[in-house]
Amino acid sequence: MSSKIEQVFKRTKQEKRCAFIPFITGGFPNTETFIGLLRALDTSGADIIEVGIPFSDPLADGPIIQHSSKLALDAGVTPQSILDTLREIKHEIRAPLVVMSYWNPIMRRGPEEFAAALSEAGVSGAIVPDLTPEESDKWRIHAENHGIDTIFMVAPITPAERIMKIASFSRGFLYLVSMTGVTGSSLNVSSRLEFQITNVKGMTNLPVSVGFGVSTPSQASELAKYADGVIVGSALVKRCIESQSDVEAINSVSSLSREISEALRFRN
Amino acid sequence: MSRLEPLSTGQNPWNTAPDATGHFGRFGGRFVPETLTPALEELTQAYYCAIGQESFRNRLDLLLRDYAGRETPLYEAERLAKIHGKARIFLKREDLTHTGAHKINNSLGQALLAQWMGKRRIIAETGAGQHGVATATAAALLGIECVVYMGSLDIERQRLNVLRMKMLGAEVIPVESGSKSLKDAVNAAIRDWVTNVANTHYIIGSVIGPHPYPMIVRDFQSVIGIEARRQILDRTGRLPDIIVACVGAGSNAMGMFHAFLDDPVDLIGVEAAGLGLDTGKHSASLCAGSHGVLHGAEMYLLQDEFGQIVEAHSLAAGLDYPGVGPEHCLLKDFNRVKYDSVTDQSAVEAFLGLARIEGIIPALESAHAIAYLDKLAPELTRDKIVLVCLSGRGDKDVEHVAAYLESQK
Repeated sequence: MSSKIEQVFKRTKQEKRCAFIPFITGGFPNTETFIGLLRALDTSGADIIEVGIPFSDPLADGPIIQHSSKLALDAGVTPQSILDTLREIKHEIRAPLVVMSYWNPIMRRGPEEFAAALSEAGVSGAIVPDLTPEESDKWRIHAENHGIDTIFMVAPITPAERIMKIASFSRGFLYLVSMTGVTGSSLNVSSRLEFQITNVKGMTNLPVSVGFGVSTPSQASELAKYADGVIVGSALVKRCIESQSDVEAINSVSSLSREISEALRFRN
Repeated sequence: MSRLEPLSTGQNPWNTAPDATGHFGRFGGRFVPETLTPALEELTQAYYCAIGQESFRNRLDLLLRDYAGRETPLYEAERLAKIHGKARIFLKREDLTHTGAHKINNSLGQALLAQWMGKRRIIAETGAGQHGVATATAAALLGIECVVYMGSLDIERQRLNVLRMKMLGAEVIPVESGSKSLKDAVNAAIRDWVTNVANTHYIIGSVIGPHPYPMIVRDFQSVIGIEARRQILDRTGRLPDIIVACVGAGSNAMGMFHAFLDDPVDLIGVEAAGLGLDTGKHSASLCAGSHGVLHGAEMYLLQDEFGQIVEAHSLAAGLDYPGVGPEHCLLKDFNRVKYDSVTDQSAVEAFLGLARIEGIIPALESAHAIAYLDKLAPELTRDKIVLVCLSGRGDKDVEHVAAYLESQK
């Protein structure tokens, strides 16, 4: 049986479009608004929703996600408080949920217990940006036992042989990092990136989703010509940070989300 | 014997660490964003290749001798010894190197490696500023662009070193995130490296980080112990009974201990107890931490119940780090090295004491090792020989210590 994430890509492929995968920081800016954002994303075109579990030392993240993580941690958000929220509303949300967590919080909880907690919260996949395939044995076995797809990342400078190795470890989809950099850096959708997407797609049967620095509908629309999915994080979190009220945050995220998902609908 | 040849073919469990994947037992390894994996592979290969070449080793040895001032003296501190009992006490004078701390050993080695790899830009993190100064110095010497990340809190308490780095031509970038000290400077440096990985080499200043860093930094620092071992044998005709070094992330201690791991010598690493281990305001990852991952490696670290890294505290900026090198963690688990801690207060007393008794102002970091002599005093009988790593000099700390003393009045 194929996983929920695999089913999403089967569907988007049939519909000849690119999947939209928005990211928001878990528990940010507060629990109620976080729930509101999840609902809003779900009804404004999200195919999969990625939820970040805040960590004190987010190495792969730029200033926007760092800032939202810090505010969430200061407000007392914990991995379990986020999973509790997800569990409460899992029946309302149509899009499969993927969490992004650095390895230390998972290790602290215990990989097996963490995987079980994800499953209980209705989560379908996990992205662990600092867990290399070489170190991932202690996680993947538990993830698989609990039906969690572990999504691995490849970078623009990953050699071909390694791309194939990483792809063989990845489940659900393969995450292509658009550039050498941290999340939220400015992205130039170049012919080189387009070549890279095509190149990586040629090395795996997994769907390939592109993330890091994608912030506008026009970028998304360019990427949609080549990628199976597009991940947008910092641009959405930035809208939350800049909003004057929780209602404004939800409306603002919702409208960008709708614009981007519309842009992904038309594949030339 | 060349500095970089393996010292031991012994059968002890630590002799083969790290293994091919960079693990020191259950510690170390590589926990990094995928973008860095190719760079770490390149670095590993370049390192083995470079140290295998006589020309590289000779160039480094020559620089260490003529530029950094090695070998550093082994000084018998007789007046210090009188206070602490009847044992003989020797100080390994890393404070007498060019730039004033052991950090130059690693910075020169890695800067040469960067040049060898054709990297045009060097980045570094710094806590006390000693590693930043050493790296800025090596970069100036080799004509390589240098950027140093430093927590804004550390910039305040180590102004002198900030000025030195700038005069040496380095750009110092203040880090405002998190604890605004060493931990966050490492985060910022890693983010820079992820972004500029093609033309940049990241010189980590201690035995931390993803493989191969803990191994490379240890190897470049092992010159401390190799020299000290030879010097003490020459001087006393035997090995010391006890060796003491301070441990923040652990580079001077690892450099000192490594040559003695297979010898019948008690090794003691002294962490910063800050305001006291029971206050939670300390940097004692080995004495009071738990197993986790920070900055790319498994280690003992300071964290809360949810796996968030907790801010460390030490008056000594160079010890103010919530983790510790994976090899120290292994040596702790095997009970090969004993780890203990001393407070800010004791370190300041030792700082002032050494200045008055021996005319040596030690770095606040190194003062932790000196302070430990008080705890050792009951063991210091007439026939004992103690070796202390005096990892750096304290010029950088005088303002800060003066302010501390004022605040205690």
